[in-house]
Amino acid sequence: MKQVYVNSVGSISTQKTFDGSFLEDVIDHEDHVIHAMDPVYKDYIPPAAARRMAKGIKMGIVASKIALTEAGIDNVDAIITGTGMGCVRDSEKFVSAIIDNDEQFLTPTPFIQSTHNTVGGQIALEIQCKGYNFTYVHAAISFESALLDALMQIQEEEANHILIGGVDELGDHTVKIHQVINHIKTEKVKSSQLLASKTSGAVFGEGANFFVLSSEKGETSYAEVLDTKTFNTLEKDQLQSELNIFLKANNIEANDIDLLVLGNNGDVDFDDYYNALAQDLFTQTQQVYFKHLSGEFNTVSSFGFWLASNILKHQSVPEVIKLNHTQTVQFDNVLLYNQYRGENHSFTLLKKC
Amino acid sequence: MDALKQELKENIIEQLNLEDMSPADIADDDMLFGDGLGLDSIDALELIVMLDKNYGIKLTDPKEGRSIFESINTMATYISEHRTK
Amino acid sequence: MGKGVAITGMGIISAIGNNVEENFQSLIDKKKGIGRVKKIQTNHVNDIMVGEIDFTNDDFIEQLQLPATNNYSRTALLGVIAAKEAIKNAGISDITQYKTGLVSATSVGGMDMTERYFYEYLENPEVQKYIDGHHAGDSTQKIAEQLGIDGSLVTTISTACSSAANAIMLGARLIKTGRLDRVVVGGSDCLSKFTINGFKTLMILSDTFNTPFDENRKGLNLGEAAAFLVLESDKVVQAENKTVLAYVKGYGNANDAFHQTASSDDGDGATLAMEQALKIAGLHPEDIDYINAHGTATGNNDLSEGRAILRVFGDRVPDFSSTKAYTGHTLAAAGGIEAVYSVLALQNNVIYPNLNFETPMKEFDITPELSIKQKEIKTVLSNSLGFGGNCSTVIFSKEP
Repeated sequence: MKQVYVNSVGSISTQKTFDGSFLEDVIDHEDHVIHAMDPVYKDYIPPAAARRMAKGIKMGIVASKIALTEAGIDNVDAIITGTGMGCVRDSEKFVSAIIDNDEQFLTPTPFIQSTHNTVGGQIALEIQCKGYNFTYVHAAISFESALLDALMQIQEEEANHILIGGVDELGDHTVKIHQVINHIKTEKVKSSQLLASKTSGAVFGEGANFFVLSSEKGETSYAEVLDTKTFNTLEKDQLQSELNIFLKANNIEANDIDLLVLGNNGDVDFDDYYNALAQDLFTQTQQVYFKHLSGEFNTVSSFGFWLASNILKHQSVPEVIKLNHTQTVQFDNVLLYNQYRGENHSFTLLKKC
Repeated sequence: MDALKQELKENIIEQLNLEDMSPADIADDDMLFGDGLGLDSIDALELIVMLDKNYGIKLTDPKEGRSIFESINTMATYISEHRTK
Repeated sequence: MGKGVAITGMGIISAIGNNVEENFQSLIDKKKGIGRVKKIQTNHVNDIMVGEIDFTNDDFIEQLQLPATNNYSRTALLGVIAAKEAIKNAGISDITQYKTGLVSATSVGGMDMTERYFYEYLENPEVQKYIDGHHAGDSTQKIAEQLGIDGSLVTTISTACSSAANAIMLGARLIKTGRLDRVVVGGSDCLSKFTINGFKTLMILSDTFNTPFDENRKGLNLGEAAAFLVLESDKVVQAENKTVLAYVKGYGNANDAFHQTASSDDGDGATLAMEQALKIAGLHPEDIDYINAHGTATGNNDLSEGRAILRVFGDRVPDFSSTKAYTGHTLAAAGGIEAVYSVLALQNNVIYPNLNFETPMKEFDITPELSIKQKEIKTVLSNSLGFGGNCSTVIFSKEP
């Protein structure tokens, strides 16, 4: 079985990550929802091509191009995308147009962009990649599904280089209706105070994080991907036993984990899943979190993956993401755990390379 | 007729998001598709909706659009002959 | 990797039947499920024809004995019905006995409820339960729950009209790599105002019965359906002494990289997908006995797909037909229902007619099968081609 390396990263997020820096000037947002920081899209996408593109498509293409450039390749064998909601603004636009105009004078562009695989398709069109092109749309494990697919193909030597990523955009109506059902916090919260809020709901965000995974380690490599596993349901008391099965399958013990990357989003009703995983097993392990920087969205775990890859490459942990006081000098194995509202759990294991 | 042409240029720029263009950049006989303005089949569908919404002209077959949308001149001529509003 | 993945059960609901048996009977009886839309309020009622399933949501809720507080979209309801039939058909009584996953496909998801309550969501607490049912993964979560699949790999693919074919592909890969022993794969999509109006803006909806591969084809009819297959590893098949209905022998996915919605004139993506599937199956073009074509009856698809078939099969094009004239185009579910039809073709040694065909296309001289044809069928190749240039082929066989 071939090994799988993260050879490059490209990130558009609510932090200034598009320039390749690693959380040097962190923005302390204070809002219910936080928007991605836009790069100059025209630097990456010809205006004629960009004029119809939804924000999700632009973010996805730019993050992809940054990743491809860093990996030093023009094309890949496959493009695998994760997105919870796709280009949701266009979906909102098309539904409201149907209702407001009583099914008249509708234009095709918002419908076309509502198709979930529009980002993956546009990336293929942009780089002329005729290879395998899948899009996973399963809520909080959309990105991990893409990762698993790529892992299997590289391990089984069906592909050498695969572009994978997670992308989601914020839409106004979607935000409003999620505020109504308290999935979004009713009060504005400062990023740095997110975990102290002790209220229900999350701060929503958006972004695109893309990676080139390869069978060969290169000069730009960030980490080795050992494995990923997803679960539609898990009870809190099943977390540790399922984790042990996962670690054992990869010949790793809980003691070998040097860093835990957790998906805490400050929702008082669901953050205890992370405590349930970390208690006893990882009390002596350094822990970090990231959703205060990125906001919550279906594919935000791709930002966690970006973060873990950077930590392994740079062997350093930015102060702003630390969750406990344990200090580690050497990072070899990193475990990521994420879930959303108690469903769609994922474990991902990365290793220094 | 000149007013109609000016209106068409403004609407095309707005409807098709031709952000970097102004009406002065589009000559009346410029090719709108292919090598000219570079519009494509999705733009053609957008223009069909524009004909319907602004001028009450209904096309049922996208192929009909090809000759109508050749240039601003051909569009203006067709609209002035067929408009119902 | 050349080894087949066993199909041990299947379930389906479509405009031509509420289960596998009814679907097969309609195929043989040349009974179309296409008519005027009844369950959706739309101004386009006289401009389009659709493949609609007779049961209402309330009928399904009663059949499934769901509580009144449920927030099932029609996509979820259809999916549960078909997936439950597949599990029963596979003779599975305890689903937890083997590591079982679910890979479903949808494009509409919970949009049927969202388009109904879009503004009402903001004010009416009674309908707010559907907000969480909007995203594409929701119907899959519900199907998993109804099947009793817990703590497992459950995911959703949405690649427009090739989605369910891609779900089958992922399922086969999960079994081949040993990650799962059993995977329920397929797709579900209900009709919605969203897709009716969306395809209307693309001007590819026919105002009459769709006519795949006909020179005078006017576009597609939308349909609604769900279909699932149970895929099992050799280990399970042997241990349980299972009856194998057919095998997933090969698969391929490629991208046309040509246009956001249209297929390339020469069918590059479809050609690559078929070639890849043949390669994985270890088969040559002449080994294929029947092609269940995507054949949506749009001007663009049938030309592009026809040319791709000619590129792959040359002057020895096997018998082929599109079953879209029966069911309409069921979008993300299409690859699933056509997988069921492909397995039925293998089991019964029969090729279904390409209904409504009159005039051969002028661009090439291939004609689909026009009547019920009985012959020995060992392999069926099924195409599913979608927006975003997404092209998929799955090959089903009698032998592993």
